[in-house]
Amino acid sequence: MKQRMGPGHWVGFLVILVWCLLPVVWIVMVSLKPVAETTTGSPQFFPKTWTIQNYKDIVKNDDFLHALVNSFGIALIATFLAVVFATLAAYAIARLEFRGKRVVLSIALAIAMFPVVSLVGPLFDMWRVLHLFNTWPGLIIPYMSFTLPLAIWTLSAFFREIPWEMEQAAQVDGATSWQAFRKVIVPLAAPGVFTAAILTFFFAWNEFVLAISLTSTTAARTVPAQMSFFVGSDQFNPPYSQLAAAAVVVTVPVVVIVLLFQRKIVAGLTSGAVKG
Amino acid sequence: MTETAVAPRTTTPARASDRSIAENRLGLRLVAPAVVLMVLVTAYPMIQALYLSLFKYRLTVPDDKSFTGLGNYVTVLSDSLFWKDMLNTVLIMIITVAIELVIGFAFAMVMHRIVFARGLMRTSILIPYGIITVVSAFAWQFTFSLNNGFVNSWFHWLPWIGPDTNWFGDHWHAMFAIMASEIWKTTPFMSLLLLAGLSQVSEDMLEAAKVDGATWTQRLVKVILPNMRAAIMVAVLFRALDAFRIFDNIFIMTKGAQNTESSSFLTYRQVIEQFQLGMGSALSVLLFLSVLLIAYILVKLFRVDLAQARQEA
Repeated sequence: MKQRMGPGHWVGFLVILVWCLLPVVWIVMVSLKPVAETTTGSPQFFPKTWTIQNYKDIVKNDDFLHALVNSFGIALIATFLAVVFATLAAYAIARLEFRGKRVVLSIALAIAMFPVVSLVGPLFDMWRVLHLFNTWPGLIIPYMSFTLPLAIWTLSAFFREIPWEMEQAAQVDGATSWQAFRKVIVPLAAPGVFTAAILTFFFAWNEFVLAISLTSTTAARTVPAQMSFFVGSDQFNPPYSQLAAAAVVVTVPVVVIVLLFQRKIVAGLTSGAVKG
Repeated sequence: MTETAVAPRTTTPARASDRSIAENRLGLRLVAPAVVLMVLVTAYPMIQALYLSLFKYRLTVPDDKSFTGLGNYVTVLSDSLFWKDMLNTVLIMIITVAIELVIGFAFAMVMHRIVFARGLMRTSILIPYGIITVVSAFAWQFTFSLNNGFVNSWFHWLPWIGPDTNWFGDHWHAMFAIMASEIWKTTPFMSLLLLAGLSQVSEDMLEAAKVDGATWTQRLVKVILPNMRAAIMVAVLFRALDAFRIFDNIFIMTKGAQNTESSSFLTYRQVIEQFQLGMGSALSVLLFLSVLLIAYILVKLFRVDLAQARQEA
């Protein structure tokens, strides 16, 4: 069915581009409007006066900068730890025969569907007692456990595709087991591990429910949480264009990751989804 | 977990080699950290929630903790707010997933045939997926905003949209805005899963159907859709359970005003804003049971073994 692309596909192509990018372009436009313009009302798409003042203001906003540091720190640490644990588990699931393999997969599946907000109450209670409330570990720990299922699936799907015989082949050819692992297996497994890391990072970067429930100050508040509390000087008139500028700033890492690694992300998202 | 008991595999009970015992042990050791972490952060708090839900317990007056049995559940289930929020949540879930399935499928069909600019297409489709939900909610709040949005001026020619349409002024308009932001953000994920399913449909089979004179609709209904059942099921199941947890968009766009509160939002408010841990825990348990019920209904509906579709074929 690989026929020529009809006009319908051209239209479809344009519709998809507009669908995906219009709201992003829109928020960039809002961020380039002066605060005064959005306060009085500015329903037109493009700014009347173009300004980058909002960006200057937002990078001088200490609360926002703290939140940015928290977001990066928490998301990166959670990603690193989750990927390490998931790699071990996925290797076992893909390569070894052991009892309870299906139990592990079922637990992972159940947790992927878990309503996060159900845990807000008990975690809030526990974290106060354990002094984890409003700390980095207080968010890193739940982020790890909620991203593990996705990471384990993605990785075990990748690991199943690796031609493990090559490891033995390399050893037959005279490589030590360490050399065989480092020169043969690591390069084959790295793309999968990297993909799992990207998906995990997206989750932690995006998470909101726990971020507003388990924090109370900028000591651990991440950007999404900080943005939801960002009201500016007049609480009845939030500075929309500054909010938009903050939104654009936190979207930049996402766009950069997507631009660099789109192929890997798609492979990771769909791995395992079509087996069966 | 009681996985410490390392027994020979049941399939070969008579002569389990040392090697298989060692493999078993290694396997358990490798999965243990991940399993312990997942169980500690979800199963244990869930049991805690189950326990707390039986108490009248408010954090502001911790000494007043008293056992009420199923009292919290009775209060919740006989409260009309709980049912209103549940109705909102289920409505949002059904409507958004249905629309996403249709649009996502159309997108997947287009992407399947695109022969150029695949990189550009993939990049664009991943941006809504990767963007922070809170950011997307703000973008859509601005879009529909009465003073700062462009919806009214762009679409005022539609009979039901005027220059003064206040999208956050009443229930249905606000629900529409919330659903629009949800659909925008998650349709790409749906379309990628469907695209993966679509590429598994055999071209030969489609060609054969075409030669036999099947129309486009017939090919779609008789060949493409049945062969994509597993992919559609995974996409619908994951999106439905995700949509059921809707929280971020509502928190940012309406804060639950105009009766747009979802079940997750209600639970959050009870626990974090009102410190009603007992009542909030009862809500948490009910939310968890609802998710189980939805998953059960969907799996029954599609008649597919989930673990099989997702993993061990």
